[in-house]
Amino acid sequence: MNNKQQKTPFRLKLEGITKAFPGVLANDQVSFAIKAGEIHALLGENGAGKSTLVKMIYGIMLPDSGSIFWNGEKIHIKNPKEARSLGIGMVFQHFSLFEAMSVLENIALGMDNKLSKKQLEAKVYEVMDTYGLSLEPSRIVSTLGVGERQRIEIVRALLLNPKLLIMDEPTSVLTPQEVEQLFATLRQLAKNGCSILYISHKLHEIKALCDGATILRGGKIVGECDPKKETSKSMAEMMIGASLQAINKSTIKDFGEIALEVKNLSLAGVGDFGVSLKNISFNVRHGEIFGIAGVAGNGQNELQSALGGEVVLKDQAAIKLNEFLIGNMSANDRRKKGLCAVPEERHGHAAVPDFNLKDNAILTARDRQNMTKLGMISAKHAKDFTKQVIDEFNVMTTGSAAIAGSLSGGNLQKFIMGREIMQVPDVLVVSQPTWGVDAGAAAAIHQALIDLAAGGAAIIIISQDLDELLELCDAIAVINEGNLSEPKNIGQVSIEEIGLLMGGVHGQNSEQLTPNSEVIAS
Amino acid sequence: MNIDLTIAIIITMVGASTPLLLAALGELVVEKSGVLNLGIEGMMLTGAVVGFAVTYTTGNPWLGIFAAAIAGASVSMIFAFLTLTLSANQVATGLALTIFGAGFSALFGQPFTGKPIALFKSIFPDSLTEHPILRVFFDYSPLVYFSLFMVFAVYWFLQKTRAGLILRAVGENDHSAHSIGYSVIGVRYGAVAFGGAMAGIGGSCFPLILTPQWVEGLTGGRGWIALALVVFAAWRPGRLLAGAYLFGLIATMELYAKAAGGSFRIIPSELWASLPYLATIIVLVLISIRHKTSSSAPACLGKPFIPN
Repeated sequence: MNNKQQKTPFRLKLEGITKAFPGVLANDQVSFAIKAGEIHALLGENGAGKSTLVKMIYGIMLPDSGSIFWNGEKIHIKNPKEARSLGIGMVFQHFSLFEAMSVLENIALGMDNKLSKKQLEAKVYEVMDTYGLSLEPSRIVSTLGVGERQRIEIVRALLLNPKLLIMDEPTSVLTPQEVEQLFATLRQLAKNGCSILYISHKLHEIKALCDGATILRGGKIVGECDPKKETSKSMAEMMIGASLQAINKSTIKDFGEIALEVKNLSLAGVGDFGVSLKNISFNVRHGEIFGIAGVAGNGQNELQSALGGEVVLKDQAAIKLNEFLIGNMSANDRRKKGLCAVPEERHGHAAVPDFNLKDNAILTARDRQNMTKLGMISAKHAKDFTKQVIDEFNVMTTGSAAIAGSLSGGNLQKFIMGREIMQVPDVLVVSQPTWGVDAGAAAAIHQALIDLAAGGAAIIIISQDLDELLELCDAIAVINEGNLSEPKNIGQVSIEEIGLLMGGVHGQNSEQLTPNSEVIAS
Repeated sequence: MNIDLTIAIIITMVGASTPLLLAALGELVVEKSGVLNLGIEGMMLTGAVVGFAVTYTTGNPWLGIFAAAIAGASVSMIFAFLTLTLSANQVATGLALTIFGAGFSALFGQPFTGKPIALFKSIFPDSLTEHPILRVFFDYSPLVYFSLFMVFAVYWFLQKTRAGLILRAVGENDHSAHSIGYSVIGVRYGAVAFGGAMAGIGGSCFPLILTPQWVEGLTGGRGWIALALVVFAAWRPGRLLAGAYLFGLIATMELYAKAAGGSFRIIPSELWASLPYLATIIVLVLISIRHKTSSSAPACLGKPFIPN
């Protein structure tokens, strides 16, 4: 009996998988295996080669060399259709959904066997019943929140009766409650014999969910571990291959005067999916870091624009920076008065991807760094400042003439953060400071923010990453449906409380959107 | 207004609308797949000259239409190769295609200039086509019935078939469609070829049902109106039919205003002639005001697909 069990072949086994792109070896001799019903984590920083590897398992890319074994048999997966027919399902990090189409149409696109609309709908309800998931098949995707969108992908994958489900960063946009719900579904699936390959860099989630983990670094396997026996820190160190610098944050803080006072800030939403900001009020003192949590699409972008000056308000008194009323000032004037901002989108918003780093530096730093004389730009001055940012923030690049778009996400983010921080603002407003940034770079950005605050600046961080906010902030508030909750001091608030504030109101959000879905469907 | 005149206007309107309708239906499918082909005018001219030449040589309008479809599709393949395979800019390539079509048709049509062909008329018996009332249903070229059938066929294909769902998916989110395992480039090649064939047939309507001869630049900018029609119709075949007939009506009014004289004379004929183009501009302005915030355009329209 025991002997027989040992002979059961692995559900999936990779041997020596290698894939090269021009100039990069994305996967180098990668080998690992997953048993039936196992939840296995694939860990690694951005660019470690995780996504490339799973794309080969799902047939989107072909390996240059190496073998894939499925239940002990050597196979070649030429395209996703073949992967699906074997029983491999995948839930993508950036959802592979079609916004203007209905839930049911989206599911139909992921199915290979031809079913009538009715048959498919019946099957969808069956799967949702089995796993306790809820979705309305006729809703248009663009009216749904991220949690619901992910459920579409999961239902789509489950309809295939998968033997292996690949989940690529599934929780990066979910509330803590939604994560719990997802984990319950995954555990039930695994119990029924489905193997799960779980990709994430959220280590506590991996500890809670996974039976085994394979760690990738620079395209190579650098280790395997049992996450339940490791600490988050030890796994993080395996990922980055160096010891992790703990954030150095002084516990005793003395805040100064109020640096930024926001009073009854209201702003009508733009477009079908814009969120209106409703009477937002809060204060941030010199030296304080103020966090704004919330599920994406609850007014974060609107608030960032209103604070940074991308949207100019009619009410001059809505925002007060030190002694100045700046509500009706442009972004540039606000910057001159001491308020700098870093919007969420790196490409095209925080930086012009086709400009080089020097020109990108000029765009926001010219006034505070005195780069212009009589309207003429001093190239040398700009170049020196850019170099300083690159050196100070350890930006991996060929120099100030490098095109911004050619930098990796993490490096460009370090540059953008550095560009604003080096202008020594009185108030810094940042959105998603470490979105898609690897652990090492994220730690560096976090430290820079803490140091800036220690120097007396007031910082507002708008982020969906709760861990980040809890680690950095002195006070936190939650935005939902354009309303900002009562700010709470960190230490006086639990994750559950914040999660409820984030998620509770989101249900209302989707209900209010229903009429819109009809407009689009007609 | 008497009934004879009304029926005459309707018949002229339907005829004038047919090339627009056919070309716009083709472009609708192309745009639904996420490709913006601005070369309709060039493909229509190519279809017009080839359709004329083959009909003139063989005496068989069916062959002419078939040849026009093949010619339109062939020219569109140049566009497809440049924009889909080589990821060239779609706007610039489309404009180049229009210029190419104009030049090619002028050169190829040179020997045929001034030569007459018979109009491709209704195939129903005279008792129906000359009946004072019933002719409003029967006095049309088979191309007209074909265009109406295609309105339904395109609607059915896009909304009811799996292939249509995939085509819309490719236009909506090319990267997602690719990652699910559909061939984005393959679908788009097919759509562009269909658009080319439809523009070719639309072009062949000019010599076959409107003016039975070849002159240079015969289509007179109708390709551009077809392009505007697709936007006007918000990418819906039913609305496209209404839009095409509205433009056909405006063009028809010009003819009848000239002929009627009298009170119509107050408006100079140049203004009547420019009305369809003016209407195009007004319609586009109105639509962009209404759709300022949300658009029903396919999300990937005009963006080249480069798999990552």
